[in-house]
Amino acid sequence: MPYTPELKELIKAVERTRPERVERKRRGEEIPFLSLDERKERLKFHPDFKEEGRRPLQVGPSKGYAIAHEIADLLEAGSRVDPDRIDLSAPAYTTDVLVIGGGGAGTSAAILAAERGANVILATKLRHGDANTMMAEGGIQAATKGHKDSPYFHYLDVMGGGHFTNVPELVETLVTQAPDAIRWLEHQGVNFTKQADGTLETIHGGGTSRKRMHYAADITGAEIMRTIRDEARNHADRISVLEFSPAVELVLDESGHCAGAVLYNMETEEYFVIRAKAVIMATGGCGRLHIQGFMTTNHYGATADGIVLGYRAGVPVAFLHTVQYHPTGIVFPEQAEGILITEKFRGAGANLVNVEGNQFVNEREPRDVEAASIIKECVHEGKGVPTPTGRLGIWLDSPMIEQLAGEGTVKREFPGKYILYKRFDIDISKEPMLIYPTLHYQNGGLEFRPSGETCVPGLFIAGEVAGGIHGANRLMGNSLLDIIVFGRIAGTSAADYLAAGVSEGKLSLDHVRAYNAEVDAAGVSDGRVAPAIIPNYTDPAVRERQLTAHYVGNVR
Amino acid sequence: MDTAALTEKVAAKAVPIYIMGKRYEVPEALTIMKAMEYAGYQYIRGCGCRGGVCGACATVYRKAGDYKIYTGLACQTVVEPDMYLAQIPFYPANRATYDFESAEPTPETVFKLYPELFRCVACNACTKVCPMDVEVLDYVSALKRGDLKAAAEISFDCIQCGLCASRCMGEMAQYHIAQLARRLAGGKLAAKAEHLGKMCADIEGGAFADLLGGLKSMSVDELKKVYTEREMEPHMGADEWTPASSHGLA
Ligand SMILES: Cc1cc2nc3c(=O)[nH]c(=O)nc-3n(C[C@H](O)[C@H](O)[C@H](O)COP(=O)(O)OP(=O)(O)OC[C@H]3O[C@@H](n4cnc5c(N)ncnc54)[C@H](O)[C@@H]3O)c2cc1C
Ligand code: FES
Repeated sequence: MPYTPELKELIKAVERTRPERVERKRRGEEIPFLSLDERKERLKFHPDFKEEGRRPLQVGPSKGYAIAHEIADLLEAGSRVDPDRIDLSAPAYTTDVLVIGGGGAGTSAAILAAERGANVILATKLRHGDANTMMAEGGIQAATKGHKDSPYFHYLDVMGGGHFTNVPELVETLVTQAPDAIRWLEHQGVNFTKQADGTLETIHGGGTSRKRMHYAADITGAEIMRTIRDEARNHADRISVLEFSPAVELVLDESGHCAGAVLYNMETEEYFVIRAKAVIMATGGCGRLHIQGFMTTNHYGATADGIVLGYRAGVPVAFLHTVQYHPTGIVFPEQAEGILITEKFRGAGANLVNVEGNQFVNEREPRDVEAASIIKECVHEGKGVPTPTGRLGIWLDSPMIEQLAGEGTVKREFPGKYILYKRFDIDISKEPMLIYPTLHYQNGGLEFRPSGETCVPGLFIAGEVAGGIHGANRLMGNSLLDIIVFGRIAGTSAADYLAAGVSEGKLSLDHVRAYNAEVDAAGVSDGRVAPAIIPNYTDPAVRERQLTAHYVGNVR
Repeated sequence: MDTAALTEKVAAKAVPIYIMGKRYEVPEALTIMKAMEYAGYQYIRGCGCRGGVCGACATVYRKAGDYKIYTGLACQTVVEPDMYLAQIPFYPANRATYDFESAEPTPETVFKLYPELFRCVACNACTKVCPMDVEVLDYVSALKRGDLKAAAEISFDCIQCGLCASRCMGEMAQYHIAQLARRLAGGKLAAKAEHLGKMCADIEGGAFADLLGGLKSMSVDELKKVYTEREMEPHMGADEWTPASSHGLA
């Protein structure tokens, strides 16, 4: 849907102030960054700081820890399956390493484990590669330019972005392994945007002190994902992929080691068991839980399943009280709601402006500060741009980029978004975009160590499901980085763990029984079961008529 | 979109669409994906990213009284009245397994793995059907000429939805061949980043161990001070920029 006449009228305010804003940009004049104290004040407008948005967990290893209701609802829920009805004596598959999740973290873990001689099953909920990794656009950070950058500065930026709450050892691992991760990707054939002599192009991202964001046009994540997926497919002798097979419980053995999982064939609706010597959890994030009703950038399968499974098996959660709202998600046209507009637009010079055409925040603040500033401007200052469906937004002035970097730049540098808007008859090289914060990233997750290990022997984790690397707020470009760094580490650690010899005890779901009992005793589940697996967007009126969405006799 | 907003829309205006031949009324201006969900479908297949990049939701449709075949991504295409649609959640395709390490970045590598390339009759159905406006035939032609770099560039926006393969007279899976070309081009033909190798070597040599150890042992207040005082690379400056102090560098 193109801009309505009302919105076109409002765009005139943006056009009026544009020449002067472009001039200021050229002169390098910017709105000053907020001081650390000012940031703190600003963050009071962030959804994380809404007390009514969360509650203390009543069960499990992190009991008492207050997190978003939407995640708490899943942790305070029973199992989808009755443990007594699962036959653990006859696993459908037996393997060395079971990787749960076919995004970037799971795929790189699978490759590294296979290269070390392990047989791997990669089980994933949708298709291999249907994942948040595929959607990442902006880039991947790493200090690769020694004349101005180093892991030292990268470390500082990560810590500052995370409000100095990050786990230092995880950050150290992240930043020192970063260049090698880029080298691995380059070696695998990822087409990073480069100069002719091979120098990688790098730009700033929110919260970076040096330009260290590497990218592959505006589809960095897709380019990485499809490349390493191709590599995983080349290891077909060692890596088998099971699609549409989400894990719904972990299986332990009698000595408490992780020894496989119960999975669900979404098409035949059967549950089955995979026995493994080691398990790598890489299930990604939680955007589809629509925390506090926010729209989301995440893929269809981002429902925090891994957290539920790991938590039930005894792994505490960390930093889950914060979730990241990407400052710039599409709010109009509504068909594209929630879809992310990469920071690179701001990096390339586009201003954020309010309904009056005025700037109100520096465009390169850390994400939480940026999102809080937009919410404040719209909700508290009353300077948002109203959409036809009664929402509010802020203009992201993409046409500025054409004036700063030459005509045709928007189409060349942002082909994906250019096409997307074109489908709605909006030319973003001429008209600005209307944006609002959108639920983007699960800052926290399961607790783990730099080696990928958790407190449950044999259970390794990597990627967005993990918590601690980014503290209370992740900077752009550090997640693609973390999934490759820690994905590779998890794969290696799991293979090493096997090599050291794993005793194979009797399989057990006692931890699930115990958890169910705890949930019952606390009286909190309200009959809910978890994990969620996929969201349901059916019209409620239709849903009410779907009387048998579960089995009754042999009829669904 | 929350359901209240949806319901409001229905009240405003509903349009008929035909999902695999069956009629449903859905709010206008929804994407095909949201319209199908609205109608009561809960996707298992045919839905991945919901953002136009994963290729899970390839859709074929016709319009009433129109002989033409249209294609699009369900998550990106807005419904039109009287559209007859079906999704193609899976289309079998031939993919060659190969050893990337030893693969030479030459035309012969591609020809050997995918001899079907030469079954292309240049009918251009692939390009017409591509929902990403990729010039599929152009990259197939580049591949036939052995120009891997050109094929890599032309195919860059491919999301591997498989629609091209579903229409190919030569029965090839163009997108798998393009993937091979992109990897060979990116990994073996493009110049390597020298600065990257140097940084990796510095790190392996332990150049930053003490610096990072120092940061790790700082109190939060000390760390905040160093953070606040760190020099910022100017936004519009050139790549060659160097900081005033070399502290923190190798
Ligand atoms: C739109 C968007 C843009 C982004 N842009 C950037 C960027 O520019 N730079 C950056 O650094 N980061 C970016 N991010 C963040 C980054 O892409 C993700 O955090 C990261 O890719 C997560 O990788 P992952 O492998 O941990 O999870 P994912 O890639 O999400 O993979 C998880 C996989 O597990 C599967 N799964 C889930 N539950 C189960 C289950 N129960 N059983 C089996 N499988 C399951 C999922 O379906 C999925 O395949 C972006 C994210 C989004 C959504
Ligand atoms: S769901 Fe991924 S392209 Fe449509």
